[in-house]
Amino acid sequence: MESVHAIELRHITKRFGKVVANDSIDLTLDRGEILSLLGENGSGKTTLMNMLSGIYFPDEGEILVGGKPVSIRSPKDAFDHGIGMIHQHFKLVNVFTAAENIALGLPGSGRLDRKAIAAKVREISDRYGFGIDPNKKVYDMSVSEKQTVEIVKVLYRGADILILDEPTAVLTPQETDRLFRILRTMREDGKAIVIITHKLHEVMALSDKVAVLRKGKYIGTVKTSETSPQALTDMMVGHSVTLNIDRPLPVDPTPRLEVQGLTCLDAEGVKKLDGVSFTAMGGEILGIAGIAGSGQRELLEAIAGLYPVAEGSILYSPDGKPPVNLVGKPPMEIKKAGVAMAFVPEDRLGMGLVGGMGMTGNMMLRSWRKGKGVFVNRKDPNALALEVKERLEVVTPSVEFPVRRLSGGNVQKVLVGREIASSPTVLMSAYAVRGLDINTSYTIYNLMTEQKMKGVAVIYVGEDLDVLLELCDRILVLCGGQVSGVVDARSVTKEEVGLLMTRVGGGKEDAIHE
Amino acid sequence: MNEQKTPLIRLAKRDSMEPWKVWCIRGSSFLAAILLGGLIFLLMGNNPIAAYGTIISGSLGKNTAIRQTVKLAIPLLGTALAIAPCFKMRFWNIGAEGQITAGALAASYFALFWYDKMPPLLLLTVMCVSGAIAGGLWALIPAFFKAKWNTNETLFTLMMNYIIIGIVKWLQGGPWEGRPGSQIIPMFDSAAVLPKVFGVHCGWIIVLVMTVLMYIYMRYSKQGYEIAVIGESENTARYAGMNVGRIIMRTMFLSGGICGIVGFIVASGANGTLYDGVAAGVGFTAITVAWLAQLNPFAMIGISGLLAVLEKGADTLQTRMAVPASISDIITGIFLFCMLGCEFFINYQMIFRGKHKEVA
Amino acid sequence: MNAVLLLIYNAVLNGTPLLFGTVGEVLTEKSGNLNLGVEGMMYMGGALGLGGAFYYEMLAGQNASGLLAVLLAILCAFLGGAFGALIYSFITITLRANQNVTGLALSIFGTGAGQFIGEYMRTTSGGYVAISNQLKAAFMTSPLPAALQNIPVLGPLLFQYNVFVYLGVIIAVLMGFYLRKSRSGLYLRAVGESPATADSAGINVTRYKYLATILGGGISAIGGMVYIMTIAGCVWNHEGLSGEGWLAVALVIFCLWRPISAIFGSVLFGALMILYLRLQLPFIPDQIYKILPYVVTVIVLIFTSMRNSKDKQPPASLGLAYFREER
Repeated sequence: MESVHAIELRHITKRFGKVVANDSIDLTLDRGEILSLLGENGSGKTTLMNMLSGIYFPDEGEILVGGKPVSIRSPKDAFDHGIGMIHQHFKLVNVFTAAENIALGLPGSGRLDRKAIAAKVREISDRYGFGIDPNKKVYDMSVSEKQTVEIVKVLYRGADILILDEPTAVLTPQETDRLFRILRTMREDGKAIVIITHKLHEVMALSDKVAVLRKGKYIGTVKTSETSPQALTDMMVGHSVTLNIDRPLPVDPTPRLEVQGLTCLDAEGVKKLDGVSFTAMGGEILGIAGIAGSGQRELLEAIAGLYPVAEGSILYSPDGKPPVNLVGKPPMEIKKAGVAMAFVPEDRLGMGLVGGMGMTGNMMLRSWRKGKGVFVNRKDPNALALEVKERLEVVTPSVEFPVRRLSGGNVQKVLVGREIASSPTVLMSAYAVRGLDINTSYTIYNLMTEQKMKGVAVIYVGEDLDVLLELCDRILVLCGGQVSGVVDARSVTKEEVGLLMTRVGGGKEDAIHE
Repeated sequence: MNEQKTPLIRLAKRDSMEPWKVWCIRGSSFLAAILLGGLIFLLMGNNPIAAYGTIISGSLGKNTAIRQTVKLAIPLLGTALAIAPCFKMRFWNIGAEGQITAGALAASYFALFWYDKMPPLLLLTVMCVSGAIAGGLWALIPAFFKAKWNTNETLFTLMMNYIIIGIVKWLQGGPWEGRPGSQIIPMFDSAAVLPKVFGVHCGWIIVLVMTVLMYIYMRYSKQGYEIAVIGESENTARYAGMNVGRIIMRTMFLSGGICGIVGFIVASGANGTLYDGVAAGVGFTAITVAWLAQLNPFAMIGISGLLAVLEKGADTLQTRMAVPASISDIITGIFLFCMLGCEFFINYQMIFRGKHKEVA
Repeated sequence: MNAVLLLIYNAVLNGTPLLFGTVGEVLTEKSGNLNLGVEGMMYMGGALGLGGAFYYEMLAGQNASGLLAVLLAILCAFLGGAFGALIYSFITITLRANQNVTGLALSIFGTGAGQFIGEYMRTTSGGYVAISNQLKAAFMTSPLPAALQNIPVLGPLLFQYNVFVYLGVIIAVLMGFYLRKSRSGLYLRAVGESPATADSAGINVTRYKYLATILGGGISAIGGMVYIMTIAGCVWNHEGLSGEGWLAVALVIFCLWRPISAIFGSVLFGALMILYLRLQLPFIPDQIYKILPYVVTVIVLIFTSMRNSKDKQPPASLGLAYFREER
């Protein structure tokens, strides 16, 4: 046997119902190294790590910690083996303070010595430069602070194997840099670190080794110093990607939607959108870029009439008619006027689809009110469902099969297909390709372009800058709820957009929430 | 070697199950409930077979017995129907008890003070409509606060029960009292009593018609669709342009309205008067009926029938075998526990150590 | 005793069964379980508690010790409630059935069982379940020395209550300290707020839920026994007991899930329950007085939801089943 690995996974398999999330995966991790676990959304990265942290239990296979086979049945077992995971969705109790959250689950005296815990938290905090207040309640914290609490929680338990699930997804660049500094310090301490990500530049910047998963299968592990982003992408997607998205020039763009000085407050009175102004043209795709939580969701919802507008106007110009202000109009009316929205939230089903219903029932979401009388018309939605199924190649046993049980890609096809079928004049889509494989993504890109050529004003909120740069005609960049720039997608560089995304930094951190 | 260390039993959500298996599980839970009930009879020193026999013969043996049983099943079925749309919407209305009482109260007002001022058919219609409106309004109060400030409806509707029951108690000993000091509201005039069909007051026709209507409403109507969508996800409903608050209030008004009609049926058909126990726990039992029927109106007929058989049978048990009638609540409870528990085996599968076969 | 003292005295007395019911339910709800079966558990506690004392005296005869009778009554009541809560826990925690519906089923079962036992004792013992006056005194009079009881004003105000008043206050205070100051209390609250968080921190969610629910059910059930053995005068009185459990559920909301506040809340509710006897106003009928606790609870419910203060909310996962592998 060679040297003892901190962790070794052998033939790990995990199924959810009929879906094989992990298919016989092998993986090793050593002390004093940072391993990137790379893969597209839905490739099984999080599932695999959840088995190390005791959330799931593998159906087959073996886990070795320090060379010994172990059985990790619960998070407590994981901690006992020195494994700590920082989840993407923070596992924190909102009404507790930082110290109380950190003390959760630890053995100790019956009386809770809040002072002692706070002191130890401060000590760890000072050693790595976290700077957290142990007595602050979690519901008062920013995303970055919450993440810090999670990390301290794991360190407090003396974990020497750390797993971070997409830790940078919610952070500003400054916060990301700080996090990476901390992780490097920990590596010097001899800790073993796994970071789950799908951002290549982070992989290159931070890790020593990269392990790649694709569709639940283990593809291989390479040394970061011996690979390139291009090679990693090939491993990740299976074949080399040249993003050749077909982008015809806009035909006769006409202003459709004019947003002026749009300001929105959330329930707590925090500004989610701050004086946003732009114009969306019929016949072009307007991309919206920004780090997660910069106001994308609020902007789309405000236009669709789902988010209260504090100030500003949204002027919509239908064909040959004078512009109307959409602010204050009920969502149904906005929809009828021709503004469609396809928003794909993280859980895919939360908004826009009804998980327990079949495709027909979901098509009805747009049409259920049509027609006279008290009964719903099921015939037309049924026909529409069959058409969408046909056209977008939705894989489902029948149009009555609950969409909750479809795979993520098919769920999104149902959502996007329905919105397009309503032949809108303004089509807003957010994260339409979230978690989709490359082929399906292209189907969606083509659909967007098709709509654009029909004269529809397409608004495309995306996560992947490369796609935005090749798909869109213009890109609006949001940062902390403000417009930091509108650029021509054909001439701008990725770096320039990246800069705009982080332009309003520092003092604006408060405006960025989950 | 890892094999031994895996947990003995693990759980996984089941995707789907063949219908015959589902019915096998439900059937065995039913059997288990009967056995557990039999055990209780045994402990009490009664022969379980004789006891069950008495329950069956006492509730279904004679025409008069069947009529009594049907009379008990009517309010249960009616109230379960009322609760179905709320529960479909994930609005936990446990205030049916109060909504029934409110409906009975309004109907009684007309029965007591207007019986000689209008023809009988009109009187009954007015009683029914006023009962529905009163029940609906009583349900609308918590719905309004739920829609406006997201006030917890479970606890709110629960409190509303005791407020209206208190009001009836006050009327009973106060303004509506019959003979002074009796604490009893006088019996209704015969004009205000529901006529009988086949020996049972015609409430059974009303609830059966409502069963069909509720089935159609939930399955085929636009409003039924809205309710189903809200139950799945309020965000989606809002996205689809539904006014969630308004739909919550409308559905609760409907639900309370049906409860109110049940209140009218009970006061006018079964009791012929109003008293504070008019709902008699039906509001709570009906919730379990609706839930066990998985909100399917036709399944509710069977389950409310079963519970009515138990209750009527236990009455006979008391007279014939001197077993306290409250045994019916115990047996009902056992049935509910078993049937609630068995859904687990339908929704989840257990994976035992070493095997990868589903065992359930 | 003047009228005010008498009012306070009776308010405390009538509030005590509620205090037990409430404190038990607070513990249950803090674990995220909304057990609506309090009414049923209090019935079982009432019947079994009475049975415990009654059969003990039948066995021990003249030598029956008051202290032992009280302890036995407490134990029997506790076990009755704990048994009901165990059924509830198994069905909702292990079998993950809907909590509202299961709680209501427990209410039906428990009121039936309590009533059945009460009736059964009555019929088998010749029509009347009676306890000797000597034993009654152990339940209904103050255990404190006469010197304390006879202090003017302070005596009746503080020292003349039955033993359960003091026990209830002690349990409530201990519970308050447990939830706020102890490690295990913190873990329990975490389970009720966010079971997934507690689970990932290595806390055994299932065990905490079971223990809190069963212990809580037992404590609630003692409340039923206290009602029967003090206010009802040691005879089975299901009409009097009916509604106490639901009032306790209301009081949990009223005191915002805080055991210490429950002490004052129970006195207030107790006062509202008997106010019609002590403070008769011609324009407010008795029965309208009696619904005041419910009206007040509704108002509290509305105000807390309107104010939406983050610290004054029900446990965040109240009423929800937890399944670790949920996707």
